Formats: sequence, C-alpha cells, structure tokens
Amino acid sequence: MELTGADIFARCLADEGVEYVFGYPGGAVLHIYDALYKQEAIEHVLVRHEQAATHAADGYARSTGKPGVVLVTSGPGATNAVTGIATAHMDSIPMVVFTGQVPTNMIGNDAFQEVDSIGITRPCVKHNFLVKDVKDLAETIKKAFYIATTGRPGPVVIDIPKDVTADKAEYHYPKKVSIRSYNPVTKGNPRQIKKAVELMLSAERPMVYTGGGVILGRGADSLTKLVKKLNYPITNTLMGLGGYPATDRQNLGMLGMHGTYEANMSMHHCDVLIAIGARFDDRVTGNIEKFCPTAKIVHVDIDPASIAKNVKVDVPIVGNVDSVLKDMLDVLKETKAKINKDALAIWWKQIEEWRSLDCLKFDQNSETIKPQYVVQQLYNVTKGDAFVTSDVGQHQMFAAQYYKFDKPYRWINSGGLGTMGFGLPAAMGAQFAHPDELVCCITGEGSIQMNIQELATCMQYGLPLKIINLNNRFLGMVRQWQEFFYQGRYSMSYMDSLPDFVKLAESYGHVGMKIENPADVEGALKEAMALKDRLVFMDFITDREENVYPMIPAGAGLNEMILV
Amino acid sequence: MMRHIISILMENEAGALSRVAGLFSARGYNIESLTVAPTEDPSLSRLTLVTRGSDEIIEQITKQLNKLIEVVKLIDLTDGPHVERELMLVKVKAMGHDERAEIDRLNDIFRGNIIDVTPKTYTIELTGTGDKLDALIVAIGADKILETVRSGVSGIARGEKSLSVK
Repeated sequence: MELTGADIFARCLADEGVEYVFGYPGGAVLHIYDALYKQEAIEHVLVRHEQAATHAADGYARSTGKPGVVLVTSGPGATNAVTGIATAHMDSIPMVVFTGQVPTNMIGNDAFQEVDSIGITRPCVKHNFLVKDVKDLAETIKKAFYIATTGRPGPVVIDIPKDVTADKAEYHYPKKVSIRSYNPVTKGNPRQIKKAVELMLSAERPMVYTGGGVILGRGADSLTKLVKKLNYPITNTLMGLGGYPATDRQNLGMLGMHGTYEANMSMHHCDVLIAIGARFDDRVTGNIEKFCPTAKIVHVDIDPASIAKNVKVDVPIVGNVDSVLKDMLDVLKETKAKINKDALAIWWKQIEEWRSLDCLKFDQNSETIKPQYVVQQLYNVTKGDAFVTSDVGQHQMFAAQYYKFDKPYRWINSGGLGTMGFGLPAAMGAQFAHPDELVCCITGEGSIQMNIQELATCMQYGLPLKIINLNNRFLGMVRQWQEFFYQGRYSMSYMDSLPDFVKLAESYGHVGMKIENPADVEGALKEAMALKDRLVFMDFITDREENVYPMIPAGAGLNEMILV
Repeated sequence: MMRHIISILMENEAGALSRVAGLFSARGYNIESLTVAPTEDPSLSRLTLVTRGSDEIIEQITKQLNKLIEVVKLIDLTDGPHVERELMLVKVKAMGHDERAEIDRLNDIFRGNIIDVTPKTYTIELTGTGDKLDALIVAIGADKILETVRSGVSGIARGEKSLSVK
C-alpha cells in the first residue's frame, strides 16, 4: 500500500523505536503533524521554543544513550534549532533533527519561511540530508539514525520539503543500511593495545584521564574494572564525570581550568598518561606548551581525527572505548609484566599530599548562602542519586565540583559549546526518559532566563523537575573574569530587573521557594524533594561575589593554579 | 609548509563539494586549487585539491576529510611518485606579422596548441605542471595577455597504485 511521506515519517519513527519527538509545528510540517495526530506509537512533546526542543532531545539522549528526535518547521523553526544542534555536535550527542522545508519547486525562490537549512547546519552536524523524492524518505531516515548513533555519535539533520510529505510511495523501512563511504572503526588494533598495556605497566607515575567518550561508548564498567585492577589515579573531564565513581579513593576529581589541585598536579607530573575517550580540549590542557611535560601518552578514541589533534601521542588507539578497555583487561591478564608497586606507593604518597590541601574547601560559616554549600547539600539530600543538568557558568562548575557522580548518564551539561539555556529543557528530556527518577537542574538567574518559557511545557506534561537557581544577581563567570583580568570593570555582567522567580514559577502553575539564609538550605531542599509530583523552583539568594576556585588562568600550565 | 596534492574519491551527490570546501574554510586550512568531475563510475566524483601545511596540519586535513560521510577514499599524492598536470587557456594580443610569429614560436617551444584565432588575438591551450604554465605567462608578458583560465591541478599516482572503490 502506498503511504504519504508524512505517514511514512511516522511509521519510520515507530519502527525505529522512537518514544518521543520534541518539536513545534509550522506551515511546512503540517502534513507531518497531521500524520502524528493519527497515530499512537510516538508521543510528540510540544515545547515553547525550537531551541528547547533540541536541548530536550539532547537531554533525553544524554540520560539514556539513545538518540533524541526533533521536529521543527522550515525557516525560523530550523534556525532556532541550530544552537541546540551545535550543542549536541560539540559534545557528540546522537540526535536526529527533522526540519520542514518549502516545497521543492519553491526552493531557492526566497519563499515564505525558506532558509537553506542544509547550508546553515552543515558545519554543526555529523551529516545532513535533503530529501527530494518521497521514495528516498524511509531509507534516508534509517541512514540518519545509523550515522547519528555509530562511530563518534552526533546530530544528523533531515530537511523535508512539504510536497515530499504529501507525495506517496510504497512503505518499506530497511532493517539495516550500509554506506560504502562510512565504516566506523569498532575494535582497536591488538598490537597497539598490547603496546599500550606494556607502557602503562612500565609507569612509575601513571595517570588515567577520561572524557565523555567513556560515557558515550558505554565503557564505565570496563574502565572501573581496569583502573581498580591497576590501582592508578584517575581524573575525569567535565564531560566524563560519572564514567568512574566520584566517591572512590582513586578518583582525584575533575581536571582542567576549574579542576582539583591533585588532579592537575598529577597530570603535570605523571610519566605515563592514559587518555581514554577524551580530546585534550583547551579547558583541560591549559597552555598546551606546558602540558604533561614528562609524560608518554596513550590515547584511545573512536575518532581518528581526535588523536594527535592538539597533543602528540606515543600510542594511538582508534576504537570503541569499551571494546578497547576490555581488550586491555585481557592483555593485562596474560602479560608477565607487573605494576611497579614501589614506585606507585611513592606516587600515591605525593598525590595524597596534594589532596590534603583540600582545594575545594569554602567558608562554612558564611552569613550568606555559598553556592558551593547549596550543591553540597543537594548532593546529601538526594544521596548523590539524581540526574543533574546544568546551564553554563559558575553554577555549572560548582555542580561539577561538588556533586559527586558515581554513575554515568547522570550529569548532563553543555561542555563543548557552553550553551546557556541548556539546563531546563535538557532536564525535561531526562525526566521524559526517566519518569520515576529525580531530575534536578542547577542553574543561575542568567542562564535560566534564556529558556524560562519551558516552565509552561513542564506544566503541560506534569514534569516534576527540581530547579536550583543559584541567584547571585551577576553573570557570575563573566564577573569573575572581569574581577581577575579587567580590574573589576563589571561591564554588562550585572543582572538588573530580575523577575520575582517565586511568583514567576507560581504563575506557570508550579511551586516557588525563595531561600536567603544558609540555615534554611537543607530544610528547603528536603521540602522540595518531598513534593514528588510538582515542579519546584528554588531561588537561592547566594553570595554575590563568590568565585570558582581553583582556577588556571589563560596561558598557564596545569601546575600553575590559583588556589583561593 | 609543504605543498600537498590530496586526491579524493567521493559520492557524486549535491552538496558533497560544499562539505569539502566548508571544512577548509571552517578549520582555517587553505586551498590553492581545486578541481572536480565525475569519474568513469557516474556515482563517484574525483576531487583534486592542492594545499599547504605542516605535517600535523596535513594529517588533520586528511583525517577531517575522511570523516565526511560522502568521502569514500583519499590519498595524498605527494606521499609517493606521481604525475600532475594542469590545463591553461590563454588569450593573447596577436596583431601584425611580427607579434603573431613571436606568439607562434613561443607556443611551439612550450608545445601548446593554438585553438582559436581572430585578426587581433590567439588563444593558446597548454597542459603541464604549474611551473610550466607560469613560465609561458612570463614568456608572453603580462602586457600581451588578455585573459587566462587555469583548471587547477589534476594528479595521479605513478605505477600500479590506483584510487578506486574496487
């Protein structure tokens, strides 16, 4: 039987096992919305802005490992989605984004709501397609999911002209597709893996440095096994938190610009660095000239282009993180070489000395609420078991530093692109994926206002998110840099005319709370968490001028931190 | 900053070329010349691109190109022995007996072909390496040249090595 393109679209998504589509209707996608109306397999979530649709799909993907799906209209629908697509692209998040397009015979005519979606999204997608013939639609959708979820994952955009959604074709959804020009590597080279293990065992001052690739590549269990077996110290990047239990003794915490003293010093002084699913980002390496001056480097990554991009490595291994880690464990079992236990004991002694500095300590007797204290209390009250999303800025760093993630998929933030406005919609996506779990959004009064309209979506779908607004009446990270590097000239970093967040939350139908006293923090959090079926917006009035420490200033090496 | 000739076999699809060009501009790599056309298999295009960069940059360029979904295979021709050729068409002033004879002589020396003639102009077709084409331009002299068109470099590996999907 022949189906319209719109019905084919709905059938493909159902056959692909898609649960939710996050989107917003418009002229070019009306046929598709009509097809969605007539089916029950997929639930469409109506957001209030297309950027939020992409972030929600992204949050769904990050919290499950499954691809997020977005549907927006042509023109402004597509351009609004771009920030979310770029956010997913920078963090390698699997996502399939459908954009409506003007009819094929109008393309290029500057038609109403026409934009070159393929051209605009090209630099911020893994791949994109324009479907010009309804006969190609089903196979293109299959290819998009295949590309988005394999190799180094990423967003794929499919642009569908309106006439294609009305035209008819036989429906056939291929079970598998192969693309001759796309064959992502899975297993690592056995000889390289052997070489890597030999180098790892020869270390006197080893250091394991892992990133988002461990989470995306489902390698957390294997990583934990390997690192436990070796008794080596480990650090996680911002994207890699949860890849190894944060509360384990061997974990030195996050590294990089706002990483811990012990993690950064161990990086700087190590003699063998084992990098797994991490990409030597500039926020991690500091001044690249001064990075790990004495280390031989093993680098495991699924993307060959990530290897030797910023830093020269001694043993490169291209492959799926989990598969390579398992192979390493096998080699470790068979090899005769032994860990240098004496050297390792001395190394650990040194590391403990660095750790004893307690670089994350902060004033516990402050009369104003310290943002760190709120995150610490949130961790205690939620027993470290919540899904936590964040926006971008100081609160993001405090969340990463003080909420200890023992499991993968729980920490959801925009690491690469640094997108303010990400936190709330991402939390929505995570809550849809995990309806019975606690989802918290740690945010600031600047970031939250970039997608505040989504409080309406939360009401419509009854999402009981807990929003922790660290409100310091400043764009905190901008203010911090202006204090340090611009002699305190606070240009445009002051947030004036803030709304009354309690009333705002209430006007959307939610519960609002304002907390101004440190003594009330714990109680308020407990009270909010007890409201299991309500969204609670907690407005914490925090210390205005608290800074994020430690900090590595621009141009400095990892051993040149500002501590307090 | 070594000169490299990168030869790419890619899907002959709308948008594939702009992905290659976009990658170069987005990552700040330079393109000295670029030439592209379908191959004997109409589903494939062959693109030849000349660029300059350190070994590290060329390594990144080839890795990033390989990541493009539509790129099937590529080689850096300058890694081994290869032949490169470029086609140039030059329209030159050719008035009066002496001038026409001089152009004719230069054309013979460079083994070009005169492919169009008017009472006032000659059009020369010349194939060779970039150096050879440059040399003809110098020999004719800028004041006599009305226009030049160059195809950009095409290249192929010497010997039995070939870039194909088989």
